[in-house]
Formats: sequence, C-alpha cells, structure tokens
Amino acid sequence: MRGRGMRTAVFRLLVLVGLVAIWEAGTWAADNPFFPRPSTIVVRMHELWFSGPPTALFLTEGAVADILPSLGRMALGFAGGALGGVVLGLAVGLSARVYDYLDGVLQFLRAIPPPALVTVFLVLFGFGLRMQLAFIMFSIVWPVLLNTADGARSVEPLHLQTCQAFRLSRAERLFRVILPSALPKMFAGLRLALSLSLIVMVFSELLPGTTNGIGFQLTFAYQSFDLPAMWAGIVLLGVLGYLLNELFLVVERRVLAWHHAAQRLVG
Amino acid sequence: MLEIDNLSHVYGGGTPNEHHAIDGLNLSVAEGELLCIVGPSGCGKSTLLRSIAGLITPTGGQVKVEGNLVRQTPDNLAVVFQDYSRSLFPWMSVADNVALPLRRKNMDKSRRREAAQEALESVGLEAAGRKYPFQLSGGMQQRVAIARALAYRPTLMLMDEPFGSVDAQTREDLEDLVLKVRGHHQMTIVLITHDIDESVYVGDRVVVLSKAPAHVVGDLKVDLPGPRDQITTREHPDFVHLRAEVGRLVRGHATV
Amino acid sequence: MSAQTLSRAVPASATTRWRRRATGAVCFAALIELLSRTGVADPEFLPPATEIVGRAATLLLDADFRAHALTSALAWAIGLGLAALVAVPLGLLLGSVPIIDAATRSVVEFLRPIPSVALIPLVALVIGTGLQHRVALVVYASLWPILYNTMYGLRGVDPLAKESLRAYGFGPLAVLRRVSLPSAAPFIATGVRLAAGVALILTVSTEIVAGRGEGIGVFIYFAGIAVPARMADILAGVFWVGLFGVAVNALLVAAERRAFRWHHAQWGERE
Repeated sequence: MRGRGMRTAVFRLLVLVGLVAIWEAGTWAADNPFFPRPSTIVVRMHELWFSGPPTALFLTEGAVADILPSLGRMALGFAGGALGGVVLGLAVGLSARVYDYLDGVLQFLRAIPPPALVTVFLVLFGFGLRMQLAFIMFSIVWPVLLNTADGARSVEPLHLQTCQAFRLSRAERLFRVILPSALPKMFAGLRLALSLSLIVMVFSELLPGTTNGIGFQLTFAYQSFDLPAMWAGIVLLGVLGYLLNELFLVVERRVLAWHHAAQRLVG
Repeated sequence: MLEIDNLSHVYGGGTPNEHHAIDGLNLSVAEGELLCIVGPSGCGKSTLLRSIAGLITPTGGQVKVEGNLVRQTPDNLAVVFQDYSRSLFPWMSVADNVALPLRRKNMDKSRRREAAQEALESVGLEAAGRKYPFQLSGGMQQRVAIARALAYRPTLMLMDEPFGSVDAQTREDLEDLVLKVRGHHQMTIVLITHDIDESVYVGDRVVVLSKAPAHVVGDLKVDLPGPRDQITTREHPDFVHLRAEVGRLVRGHATV
Repeated sequence: MSAQTLSRAVPASATTRWRRRATGAVCFAALIELLSRTGVADPEFLPPATEIVGRAATLLLDADFRAHALTSALAWAIGLGLAALVAVPLGLLLGSVPIIDAATRSVVEFLRPIPSVALIPLVALVIGTGLQHRVALVVYASLWPILYNTMYGLRGVDPLAKESLRAYGFGPLAVLRRVSLPSAAPFIATGVRLAAGVALILTVSTEIVAGRGEGIGVFIYFAGIAVPARMADILAGVFWVGLFGVAVNALLVAAERRAFRWHHAQWGERE
C-alpha cells in the first residue's frame, strides 16, 4: 500500500516536472512578455522573497512586508470566522424550529458574493486591518455556520435516545454527542471557508488603500508593468493555497479518523 | 418492580395518520424476573419499551418502576437497543462508550475506567477497550452495548430485540451471555423479541402481545430445568410444548 | 431541548417550514428597521429595511442600473456556460483514462488552489478590462469545481456495470455514454451549482477591482466611494445580487432533484 502511494507520488512529480519543462519550452518559443519563462518567475520569487540573510530564515524584507501580513490577516480572519460559524451553527442547529426560522435569511446571506459587501465594510471601518479582518470573517462565517447547523441537526436519533436513556446532562450531550456528530459536515464547511478566506484576503489587498500584503505586491507589479513579479505573486499564492489545503487535510484526517474508517467499512 | 397500568399510546392523535400502538395494556414484573415480551412485528413492542424507559410519554395509563411513576428515564434503568451500530458512539473508543453513562454516578475517572473494564470482562471483551466500535463485528458491538448497560449496574435492564441484527450463531452466544450475566448481577430484565424460541429459551416468563393496538393475550410461566443449554433445553418436551403454545398465541392474533 | 421535544421530533411539514422561513425573513427585516429607526445603528450606515427594499424596487426602473445588472448577468452566464462546455468534456476525457487521470491529478491539485482573484491584474494586462476580462476570470474560476466533480464522479462508476456492457460488445464510447456519463451526472450537476456561486464572486470582484465600465460591482463600488457613501444604493445592489444567487441556487437544486429522480428511476428499471 505504502509502496504504491510512493510510486504515484513519484509519478505525479515527474508529470509535474514534465509539464513545467513544456511550459518553459513554450514560453521560450513564444517569447511573449506577458508570459515569462517559469525559470524567470522562480528567479524573481527568489529575489523578491527568499534571498534574505540566514538570520531571517532567508526571508527578505519584501517577504516580511508581503507574505507575513497576508498570512496573518488570513489566519486571524479564518480563526474568527470559523469560531463564530461553529458556535452559531451549533446554536442554530440544536433546534429544528430555530433552524427553520433562520434558514431563509442565512441562505440569502450566504448567497451574497462577499466582494459585493466590501464597500459596506469600507464605509463602516475605513481602509485598514480592521476592515479587512471584519470582511474576511463575515465572508467565511456563513458556509461554516450552515454546514455546522446541518451537521448538528442530523444527529442520529438513536444517539439522542441513548443519551436520554443514560440520563446524560445537556453539556455531555452537546460536547460528547452532538458536536462529534456534526464534525464531518463542520469540516466540509471549514474546508470551503479556507479556500474562500484565501480569495477574500487577496481581494481585500487588491483594493486601493492597502499598503502591504501579497495582493498589494500584485497591484504594485501591475502598475509598474513588472510581469515576472506578477507571475511570482500568483505562483506564491498557488503554493500557499496548496500547502494550507494539505495542512487542513492532515488535521481533518486526524480529527475525523473514526469517521473515515467507518465510511470505508460501509463503502 | 415494574407496574404497567392500563397503558395506551396513540401516535399522531387527531391527524389522518393516527395510529393506536398500545391499548389498555396491563403488566407487572417481579423483582429479579427475566421477562420476555413477544408479539408480531409492528405490534407496539418498541413503543412499550420506550414508555417504560421514559423515552416517550404515553397518551394514557401509567408506568411505575419501583413504585415511582415514570416521567423521565428512571435512575437505575439501562437500555440495550437493537441497532448497536447506531446506539454506540462511533467517535469514542469501546471503553469510553461503556464509561460514558457512569459520569452520572459520581465516580472519579479511574473508578469509571475500572468499572468499564469489569463490564467488558463480563461480556468477554476485556481486550477490546481501546478499539473503536467499527473495528468490531456486529455481535461484539452488541456485547459492548450490553457491557455499557451492565457497567451502569441497573436494577432494571430493558433490551429491545437485542439480537435482532446478528447471525444465528452469534445470537445463541448472546442469549447465553444474557443468562450468564443475569446470574452474576442482581437485576430485573425485560427483553423484547419477535423470536418465539428465544423468548422461551431465555425467559422465566413469556408475555404475548396482540398485534397493534397491543394488549396482553397470553402470560406463561417458563418452568424449564436449569441451567439452560442451547441443545438439551431446546429438545426438552416442556420447551417444545411451551414454544408451540406461544406460537399459537402469536399466530392466532397475528392473522386476525 | 427537553426530553419531550426530543422524542417527539416529528419533522415539520413543508408548508410550516416555508411559513417559518418567511416569518424569519420578515423578522430580520423588522430588526434592521428597528435598529435604524431607533438610532441604535446610525441610519447613515444602516438605512431602514423599508428604505433598502424601496430603493431596490426603484432601481429596477432605472435604465442605468438595469444596464449594470444585465452586463454582470451576461458576464456570469457566458463565463459559466463556457466553463461547463470546456470542463465537462475535459473531465470525461481525463477521468475515463486512468493514466491521464493520475497524471493530470497533480496539475489539477496545483492549479486549483490559486485564488482566482489573484489573476485579476494579470488578465487585465493581457486582454484589457472589458467584458472579456470578466468572462475569462469567471471561466477560470468556474472550471475547477466542474472539472473536479466530473472526474470525481467518474471514479465512482461501478466497474461491473462497465464490464457487463463491454461483455455485450459495446465500445468504449458507448460505455462512456451509457454508463459513465449517467452515473457521473449528479456529480457534474453539483459541480455546476458550486461553480455558479464562484462565478458570481468572480464577476463582482473583477468589476470592483477594475472599478470602471458597467456592472453591478461597479455600481456598488461607486456608491461606496461617493462622499457621503450612498449606503441605501450599496445595500439595494447587494440585495439584488444576493437574491440572484439564492434564485440560481434554488433553481439548480430543483433541477438536480428532478434529474436525480429520472436517473434513479432509469437505473432501477435496468436492474
């Protein structure tokens, strides 16, 4: 099993290397300023962010100015939105009646594309960190909330009867039965929220009035017509997105080990 | 121990889907008795059990456990449901599943763990504590559910078709397990089944219910020479005779 | 949640649920109205609900606003349609050939996480900021959910069904059409529904970042940067975008339900 996993990983890596080689050859042949060679992009990424002194873990000042604020915004926004979504979702999902009453409003709030609301947050908070954080939190809270509520609502009835038959307290029922039951759906919502938070983080940095972050770096490259730097920003965001998703999957696999194992058995 | 007086239950009263599950049912169970309740499928057996356990409030009549009117689940009562795969919690280890109800008993953590381990030993699963339910076979999962009920040390144990979802061999093993643990623990057991043989084999007394709305149509004392054995008990003339009688009672009212 | 409600958790009827949803929406609007009218929330930041909805209604009579809204809807529809036209056949191709599936998986895994909004400046440089700018970004963003779900759906096809068809002498194309496509269809539908939401996000984002031309995002953006900001206009615009999103989602869910029923019924007949 493990040997096969290794083989696929190596195979995929080879395919990836092959495709990058084709990309390199294609851009070399086309010689179009809009499409710099991948090697140029990597060199630019190195210059921009990873050629710093060893004492700073090779991070340049540019990296400290671009990457860290972006990641910080995203982490804080994601944490706040996720926490709010989980708590509110559990509260809404505990009662079928409350869920029914709020369902329409929540579906509406989720359907609003977050960028449409950015001006509202601009008016309320002005440009800056507070606005960006509020915007990211507000954007991701709905998918988490709705998925958590859905999970909390679909607790196996026999589990609830078992709680009752063994006289478990409300707190025990909530934390030991309803919360774990809701976890698989909650994680589905959190995964959506993770990719959404990356999107809205970048979007909030593309707006005028931003002074740092990867999105700001993209705008800056756009204005100075620095195409390699622009591609460097895009590749960096792709890598970050990939890594964050992998990290999330590691956590999910740990937390939901029982669920996945049981699923496999059924399947 | 258990007194059921003129119990009735109607689902969806006043709607077109109104269903009378139980109608005027009277029953009393003595301390230490192992009572089997048999009846045709869909006759309201589970409704009866849920009324005794305080999981539903019957629309008429009353249930008393140890002299107290049942309004919610009485203390010292434990339930084993038919569907072990949905009554055990898949996110908890076997030991945690068994120990969870003990939190209501003012025991500290190590005491709870010990009690859970003891209960697992008594159902022959002393090595399974750290496993998760999905890693066990169906019969073993039902043993865990029984251990969970035993660990609680109830004075009244309710079992709702506890062997309905396992294969024949496992079923016999579990029947003997119930007879064995019953000898070790002082408790009253009410076991619901639709299997006529099982009711006679396991019970001290068999009560036969009519089809819905359920009421008692037969009440037989099972006086078989003990200890019971899957082969010899089942070929005993008294067993054969009782089985036939219970069968007639169930059939007679199932086909009307 | 008492013992009573637990054991009597009879699901409410559909009419009751709709009534509750409507009541909830009315209460939500009333709350906004109250907060604004009593001055708990500054009416300049949160206009009363009646004013927002009234503004939303009058905007419909405004030719400029209609042009903004139509432009956005057009970019959204063209982009989503093109994405589906590309992603479904591509997904069927990639998903049916195991070796290509394995090879492209890594590419998909690396391209998918790139937040599509990061491409807004680049695409603006390459093809300019007209309708084509929005359509290109919408296509890119909507491609992934559809492609991923199509490939995922093909992976779940019962090999036995494929083999039995092949045993009767059907060629690979017939197998694709008769077994793979129908069994992957529900997944493709889910992909399209997810993509519809993503497409809306990209339409509005691109319009706001571009900050010129026509589009509901442009309308909202200008209402926001005006001094003082025209909050009722912003929220009326948001109201219409949200309503559009809810309507599209509801429509697609309903369509999926119908299609599923047909799907299952046909499957049942064949077995």
